[in-house]
Amino acid sequence: MGPDEFLFLLIGLKWTVALSAIGFVCGSAAGLGIALARTSGIAFVERLTAGYIAIFQGTPLLMQLFVVYYGLALIGIKIDAWAAVSVGLTLHASAYLGEIWRGAIEAVPRGQTEASKALALGYISRMKDVILPQALRISLPATIGFLVQLIKGTSLASIVGFTELTRAGNMISNQIFEPLTVFGIVGILYFIMCCPLTIYGAHLERKFAASTR
Amino acid sequence: MNYTLDFTPVIDGMPNLLAACLGTFVLAISGMMLATIIGIGGVVLRTSKIAPLRWLVIGFVEIIRNTPFLVQIFFIYFALPLAGLRLDPTPTAIIALGINGGAYAIEILRGGVQSISRGQVEAGLALGLHKAQVFRFIVLKPALRAVFPSLTSQFVLLTLTTSIASAISAYELTSVSQRIESDSFRSFEVYFTVTAFYLVISWLMMRLFAFFSARYFAYPVK
Repeated sequence: MGPDEFLFLLIGLKWTVALSAIGFVCGSAAGLGIALARTSGIAFVERLTAGYIAIFQGTPLLMQLFVVYYGLALIGIKIDAWAAVSVGLTLHASAYLGEIWRGAIEAVPRGQTEASKALALGYISRMKDVILPQALRISLPATIGFLVQLIKGTSLASIVGFTELTRAGNMISNQIFEPLTVFGIVGILYFIMCCPLTIYGAHLERKFAASTR
Repeated sequence: MNYTLDFTPVIDGMPNLLAACLGTFVLAISGMMLATIIGIGGVVLRTSKIAPLRWLVIGFVEIIRNTPFLVQIFFIYFALPLAGLRLDPTPTAIIALGINGGAYAIEILRGGVQSISRGQVEAGLALGLHKAQVFRFIVLKPALRAVFPSLTSQFVLLTLTTSIASAISAYELTSVSQRIESDSFRSFEVYFTVTAFYLVISWLMMRLFAFFSARYFAYPVK
């Protein structure tokens, strides 16, 4: 494998990073909405979001990408493969992050809500200033764990036909017939992205476990 | 915009799709069994007194957990023939699923084994049980019970991961649906239906694990 092939992989890597970033940022925004709706106390809204989460957690990401990819075309929205994949990853991330953050919001002691109500804080201020900062801290290890899962999940964009790292590896491997070298390097590139996050997540988990003991 | 949904190809392909669901089950269950074996073996090595063995297991777990399954299955698909093993795509997929699930199982089981207090093991040895008996009845079973919920969600995830085995055209639901899709071009209809099938499959898997848990782990704690 020469430098040209490696450069091609790095271009694919750039798209993997971009997809992960879009999926995580947009998914976080939507996921926050899901988490707040899931803990809103309005029975209908809670059931609706619980169903949304169950659907995304009970089906493969690959199928979600397929349905979004062909579903968007069906309703007349013509967008590129990368945009369709971004929408798919965003929906996927919103469900998983929504569920993680629901757990975190519920893990904040009930007295915090009662105290802020007693201080006459409105819903927005109560969430923004009291509950969510504490929930964020609790949820951080799981959130980072999901980010790693999302980065790995972007590899499925290759099956839909978008050239990110894995598909770039596939193309190179078909060209130079060295699948083990190519997929070995592709694996190492993913590892370099994910491993620091995994270590950081484990570190935070240990730290929080020690502080709540 | 004037698209009318047409589920005829899906209905025509229903026998094939249902048979493929069975294929997904076979893939998932075999993968889980292999993952459990790797998980238990890995935990034994992970807690061994020989440091290089421990490092080996740690390295294996971190490599698997930090790379995508799609890359792993491609790697294994091309590596097995070089190692002298010429297998069909489906057994290859089972091996890949087992290795992937096994790495997660090691991490989960390790947490369970650590929750068993040292005194339990000593008590078992003092009662004259073999080391193997102590491991099986005093360490493994309570450890499995303690981590069973996490193991369940990991194995449901493994069930969903079987869809990626379509990349090497193993026999399961996604690859069969891709064939129907490319014959009929009714992409949305096919994938929408298959997504619903996966929802049922993962629900069934959860019921299966709940049943298993009630059957084997329903003894009182203390």
